[in-house]
Amino acid sequence: MLPVQPIGCNSLNMSLWVIQRDLLLAMRRRADVLTTLFFFIIVVSLFPLGVGPEINMLRTMAPGVVWVAALLASMLSLGRMFSSDYLDGTLEQMLLSPQSLSMLVLGKALAHWLVTGVPLVLMSPVLGLQYDLSTEALLVLTASLLLGTPVLSLIGAIGAALTLGLRGGGVLVSLLVLPLYIPVLIFGAGAVEASAAGLGAGAHLSLLGAFLLVSLVLAPWAAAVSLRISME
Amino acid sequence: MAINWFNYSSPASFYFLAGKMIPPFTIAATILFAVGLYIGFFVAPTDFQQGEAYRIIFIHVPAAWMSMFLYVMMAIWAGIGLAFNTRLSSMMATAIAPTGAMFTFLALWTGALWGKPMWGAWWVWDARLTSELILLFLYIGFMSLQAAIDDPRRADKAGAVIALVGVVNIPIIYFSVKWWNTLHQGASVSITQSPKMATTMLTGMLIMSIACWMYAIAVILMRTRTIILERERHTAWVGELQGATK
Repeated sequence: MLPVQPIGCNSLNMSLWVIQRDLLLAMRRRADVLTTLFFFIIVVSLFPLGVGPEINMLRTMAPGVVWVAALLASMLSLGRMFSSDYLDGTLEQMLLSPQSLSMLVLGKALAHWLVTGVPLVLMSPVLGLQYDLSTEALLVLTASLLLGTPVLSLIGAIGAALTLGLRGGGVLVSLLVLPLYIPVLIFGAGAVEASAAGLGAGAHLSLLGAFLLVSLVLAPWAAAVSLRISME
Repeated sequence: MAINWFNYSSPASFYFLAGKMIPPFTIAATILFAVGLYIGFFVAPTDFQQGEAYRIIFIHVPAAWMSMFLYVMMAIWAGIGLAFNTRLSSMMATAIAPTGAMFTFLALWTGALWGKPMWGAWWVWDARLTSELILLFLYIGFMSLQAAIDDPRRADKAGAVIALVGVVNIPIIYFSVKWWNTLHQGASVSITQSPKMATTMLTGMLIMSIACWMYAIAVILMRTRTIILERERHTAWVGELQGATK
């Protein structure tokens, strides 16, 4: 049974309720979650086949490859963030609710991250081993993904909201969000390279944290505005 | 006497105002292009380091400036359209996008043509080149989003959101690319330390920039007029206009 929304709840409860509900729905359709995860694994495994098994080259490529694959995996699953709720009318009811729409979108984005981002983060050390990364590099890679993937879900929410119900929305959303993902990619992959170069990953991770804070504040609001535009 | 500026925020009156503004801007653009190109090709001296190849800056630099200015202008118009619900502002934003994308492409293309003889490579992953390329992606995203939406009002507003999100991101993208670049590149040719420029070169470049402005204004006004006609085709005044021309 779906959790029933308590009457007279505040915005924070609303977010928690949305997260709980989306997680439950995702657990009922586990295949969707696994598809994204396996997409990520396959893309990362394709690169050595394309560029050759030379281990020194693979070691330098690893952070970039893992990050680009994470970007693509997170982007490809954006369509699911709002579309099923849009099709069955749930989204319209959510827009009519007296609670803040931004908090609701925040809940949706966090649920998207829990369903698609967290499995990628957990899987990344294993994929890093394929590329012969050192223990320290593996830790930094996982930490950078942990900080960076929620940003991808939050920025992606804007793109998903804008392309809601459009023809060819899936391809369009990639044109919209991929350029905006570039800073996350640069600092995410850069963190591993910087630590490998002996510079320490602190600066890169701090910047990723800053991106996370800024997008936590601004992205749900922009996505809420976009949802209202799309649902007019 | 106060002019009623809001009169011109109505597409119907702006259509005629734009019609009167286009010829002067077109003439100014033509003359300035002619003068600027003459200075660029015949008056400006040959650069002792770069030879004749440097002459591409007369179009490259103005195009790069325009590409950035126009994105900001587009975001401002789109933002005004979103905030005050003025149709004309959103139409202006839509009209600016293709010209901005054209200048971005021109800047990249001429940059590649200059880079080959100077650096020996069509493309280097320099911070400026990379951010200009990302700017082109942002323009294309804006245009494809608007093209995918059939309802013009939704297209206006959705475009405004993505343009504003882009404008917030441009500084972040620029600085990330810059830092990424300094972390990676050891020895590459720097385009930041420009040698002192001869006055005639500077004059030629400034005249070309103003010419590009005039051209952009004329073209954007023309495109706005077309968009107005397309969107207002069911109104009485467009009907009269059609009757008059027939």
